Amino acid sequence: MREITLSQAVNEAIAEEMRRDETVFLIGEDVAEAGTPFKVLSGLVEEFGTNRVIDTPIAEPGFMGIAVGAAMTGARPIVDLMFGDFLYLVMDQLCNQAAKTHYMSGGKLSVPLVLRTNLGATRRSAAQHSQSLQALVAHIPGLKVAMPSSAYEAKGLMKTAIRDDNPVVIFEDKLMYQDKAPVPEEEFLIPFGEANILREGNDVTLIGTSSMRQVCEKAAELLEADGISAEVMDPRTIVPLDEDTLLASARKTSRVIVVDEGHQSYGVTAEIAARINEKAFYHLDAPVIRMGAMDVPVPFSPALEDLTVPTPEGVAANARKLMSGEMIHAA
Amino acid sequence: MSTAPKHNAEDYLRMYRQMVKIRTFEDNANQLYLDAKMPGLTHMYSGGEAVAVGICEALEVTDKITSTHRGHGHCVAKGAAFKEMFCELLGKEEGYCRGKGGSMHIADQSNGNLGANAIVGGSMGIATGSALRAKLQGADDVTVCFFGDGATAQGLLYEVMNMAALWKLPVIYACENNGYSEYTRTEEIAAGSITARAEAFGIEAHQVDGQDVLAVNNLATELVARARRGEGPFFVELMTYRYHGHHVGDINRTYYRSKDEEAEWKENRDPITLFGAWLATEGVATKDELAALRDAVQTDAKEAVDYALAAAYPDGSEVDDHVYAETEDA
Repeated sequence: MREITLSQAVNEAIAEEMRRDETVFLIGEDVAEAGTPFKVLSGLVEEFGTNRVIDTPIAEPGFMGIAVGAAMTGARPIVDLMFGDFLYLVMDQLCNQAAKTHYMSGGKLSVPLVLRTNLGATRRSAAQHSQSLQALVAHIPGLKVAMPSSAYEAKGLMKTAIRDDNPVVIFEDKLMYQDKAPVPEEEFLIPFGEANILREGNDVTLIGTSSMRQVCEKAAELLEADGISAEVMDPRTIVPLDEDTLLASARKTSRVIVVDEGHQSYGVTAEIAARINEKAFYHLDAPVIRMGAMDVPVPFSPALEDLTVPTPEGVAANARKLMSGEMIHAA
Repeated sequence: MSTAPKHNAEDYLRMYRQMVKIRTFEDNANQLYLDAKMPGLTHMYSGGEAVAVGICEALEVTDKITSTHRGHGHCVAKGAAFKEMFCELLGKEEGYCRGKGGSMHIADQSNGNLGANAIVGGSMGIATGSALRAKLQGADDVTVCFFGDGATAQGLLYEVMNMAALWKLPVIYACENNGYSEYTRTEEIAAGSITARAEAFGIEAHQVDGQDVLAVNNLATELVARARRGEGPFFVELMTYRYHGHHVGDINRTYYRSKDEEAEWKENRDPITLFGAWLATEGVATKDELAALRDAVQTDAKEAVDYALAAAYPDGSEVDDHVYAETEDA
């Protein structure tokens, strides 16, 4: 199978859906000729024109609100939010307007839009261009949240997001844009709420979102050398969450580590860990371990920044502690 | 009063009836609050009837509006029915939003009302996006964005007016200046001129007497026609008044507004009284005919209130319906 980059996968998904449905349009800062700073959208304005690939002023709340109104009246906007950190700027339009409109109107109005943005530290971009804020939006009923972990997921989840009749926030890891993965030439979609089992194992379950999937896969290789059999799972969407598949794995291995690049406290890892504790408690041999980013603003210095994110070595170390029984009495 | 020779008697009487409907709706809603029969609270539109009616009478059913927390007037003027509105105010199943929205979130998409909004200034992006959608679609629908003077302090307005002007969108920003931003006089929160802010973006701006329904309607008719031809956006500041407090519970308000001032507006600048007098003078309807019209509206309102009071609440099983839309094209 051919391999393409995550960036190309996103571009293909959007182009295919724009050809398929003329109500789909792109809106955001520097999405047209510039194709975004990461060049993910290059070439789309040449094919679809400036009426469907719309450059905006630097006014995130404004174009987010405009997208909500266009979605309520029959369009399917894809909002490009250049950095995930700018979510704070659009929170009213996203969380008070887009997320609640269907419910507040008793089901009469809907807001089929996609907010595509990014996450991920270690790009030496400091505290306001490095955050992973998926927990913020996953907390809000009415929003769906997708977290592609490779080019394959990036394409299949984007196409599903565009066809969904709800507001969907899709986080791409900005460090993965040039990472290649096998992606079929023929059309495919990845349904929301279906976790992917990347590696089967019996001793410990490693659940990783977005690029933390790769961290978990590398940790599984390290553990294999120690004779520990790790199962690796990618939820792919955190809202909706494929609880059944995650719980089945937890019941099988009895030990679980959840890894996500958002801050650890009150985060995605905490939610998944809590559900496993509530619903698979008697199957567990040890507490479910959360591994998120450190609870600090992302520092600039490489010497500091690299300390803040989960690593394969860190995940493997925690898995070994789980296996040894050390975590049962962890203070 | 302004004159509007293009109207016929039927148009005039419909405008009068729509204004009376708004006032009557609000009088009943206020009474429901005072009688402790309405959950929560609500914001009265009374005093601003000529604004909502003057503008909405210039619109087609396919044109869109966005509304505010003080939105019952917009909702009635765009064609909503008493029964579903009162049911919504009381949280009943037959309300426009099945009781999930209430007073501050009534939406009536069948008449182009994209909904009231409890975030001050929260719908400015939505209105502008609705206009963008119409333009992209090649439709000639116009969107009117209603908001108050208080909302002019929100930054979103300036972001979306900039884009609406750049992209020549068919949107009319209708600023209802009732003199008060919640419990604060507007001159204490608004520096400079409100219309000049729109003009800074190259948007044609007008100020109009919001108590004169014909003046409002004449201006709105012209601007809507021009917006359909691609000459938008436009900005209108409508000088009006709020008879009640910020909300129905804001009763002791002399600390920010005098009773004399309220009396002056109610006695000498009431939009329904002024238009009624004009209709009688011009021979469109006699005073008795207008009184009969008002009585008929009151009877309708009473029936709707009684119906809503007796109507069923939504079943508890509906509480998690409509969090997500069912996707048809998956």
